[in-house]
Amino acid sequence: MTAGLIRRFWVNPTSLTGALVVAAVVLAAILAPWISPFDPLEQDIAARLTGPSPAHFLGTDTFGRDVLSRLMHAARISLVIGVASIAIAMAMGSAIGIAAGYIGGKFDACVTGLLDVLLSFPTLLLGLMVVAMMGPSMDNLILAIALTELAPFARVARAPTIALKDREFVEAGRALGFSDMRLVVVHIVPNLLSEVVVVASLWLATAIRTESSLSFIGLGIKPPTPTWGGMIREGFENIMDAPWLAVAPSVAILVTVLGLSLMGDGLRDALDPKGQRD
Amino acid sequence: MTDAVLEIRKLAVEFHSGGQWHAAVRGIDLSIAQNETLAVVGESGSGKSMTALSVMGLVPTPAGRIAPESSIKLHGRELVGLPEHELDRIRGNRVAMIFQEPMTALNPTMTVGAQVAESLRVHRGFNGAQASAEALKMLDLVKVPSAGKRMKDYPHQFSGGMRQRVMIAMALACHPKLLLADEPTTALDVTIQAQVLSLIEDLKTEYGLAVMFITHNLGVVALIADRVAVMYAGEIVEAALAPDLFARPRHPYTQALLASIPRVDRDLKMLEPIQGNVPTIGNLGAGCGFASRCTHAQVRCHRERPQLMPDGPARAVRCWLVGPPP
Repeated sequence: MTAGLIRRFWVNPTSLTGALVVAAVVLAAILAPWISPFDPLEQDIAARLTGPSPAHFLGTDTFGRDVLSRLMHAARISLVIGVASIAIAMAMGSAIGIAAGYIGGKFDACVTGLLDVLLSFPTLLLGLMVVAMMGPSMDNLILAIALTELAPFARVARAPTIALKDREFVEAGRALGFSDMRLVVVHIVPNLLSEVVVVASLWLATAIRTESSLSFIGLGIKPPTPTWGGMIREGFENIMDAPWLAVAPSVAILVTVLGLSLMGDGLRDALDPKGQRD
Repeated sequence: MTDAVLEIRKLAVEFHSGGQWHAAVRGIDLSIAQNETLAVVGESGSGKSMTALSVMGLVPTPAGRIAPESSIKLHGRELVGLPEHELDRIRGNRVAMIFQEPMTALNPTMTVGAQVAESLRVHRGFNGAQASAEALKMLDLVKVPSAGKRMKDYPHQFSGGMRQRVMIAMALACHPKLLLADEPTTALDVTIQAQVLSLIEDLKTEYGLAVMFITHNLGVVALIADRVAVMYAGEIVEAALAPDLFARPRHPYTQALLASIPRVDRDLKMLEPIQGNVPTIGNLGAGCGFASRCTHAQVRCHRERPQLMPDGPARAVRCWLVGPPP
């Protein structure tokens, strides 16, 4: 089953492209301290706002810092925030959804209602509120983004839980004297994990976008630490003279988000038993 | 009967609907001794599965409940009203149940060995190695070929009959005293049915089990049952030793059931289907539940509900036509 899944994922050109793009970005981020041509914080006032050249592949910014180096280091921050916030959102959201689906009744109705309220807020607005309340820092940013993406995970986990709790093997487990906790953790969770993982890979792109947006409006990581959103904002001031400053991080975000989305789609197709073409 | 493993008295299961409690099981008395197979026979909706679920304490709540005057005793210990954590210790440990659908009764994401081992870890506190060693023994016992290798396989790699064997291994892993089998062979091919039935029969002797075998297949009953309880509309209408029941059915419903089995040695024209359907709960009149479908029904049958009356030493019948012994 697993081997077939991996094969279906790899033979699909969409998911293969996505995976390669994501792998390249991740690799660049991990290896940034060793392979980036310059220190991302090193200023060279003599060489400020130079265009792309053999020395500075993507030019320099208004302080003379190397854009390519900053871009690679910024990828570290974006990926860490994205992955951490999605991990938290996945764990908490799934737990809420599974609890609601398994317990059912009034509890389910209350939780579903609250989730609908949460879903009705635009992602960015909700993140903005949380960061504004708690102050911009890496931890708060992760928490804010996790909170905005809780609801989709809860929804995705709740529906299969409702179906699974009445399946015969769960009934059989109950007849063998297993506790509710054991039934949920050992018998229900592994059966809905694949659906949750697909959602995680799709929402990771959104998490990175949200982080960039918050950094862009100045509620993200404080300068001089490079972030993609922050770099776009800085580049905005010189968009007429030095367009590469804003364009380079924009393209980085675009490529990363596209890669993650393609990978998520491929993963979903590979896991969908109805979509098996072979 | 003092040596009964299971003793059920006045069991009533009710369901809430439209602001009222309606009885799905109406005052059942039965008992099963060690080494005995009791077949519970009836159509869909006769309450036979609900009787088994009551013993397990698995009547779906909050829609359903076991009426407070009911009594279910396992080795003399009252099960009705036990708190959930006490019931958890009995389920799978002292009483086990196997289900109709072996295709869906196993967790698709767990290996077969792990599933058999699981109840040993829960009830016996075995560690991983002890539990899988015991699981291997159980799979050997239920005659899964090359069990050692197949332990690591997933349910989808097993055929229906093999899965039912795995289910039986899971159920019996903790050596329960009572096995409730809810139509365990209905979904299997006839040849596989016979194998699984003889396996259950062997294990019954080996473990000294009391078996409650729920089925609507009278052919299966004839093969394995020591005693039979025929259920209709939530009541036992006839209880007898299996050979007696087949040789001399007394209740009109039992007679009708036997007449509706297709037989190779008889013409299809002699097949007599029972007209109508089982009355729905909440739609039962004052009289006998079977009266509306009974070809022998008299005025009294529609007005008064008959009691289960003894008819000889080992038989009881719920019918006005079967008079009390003089």
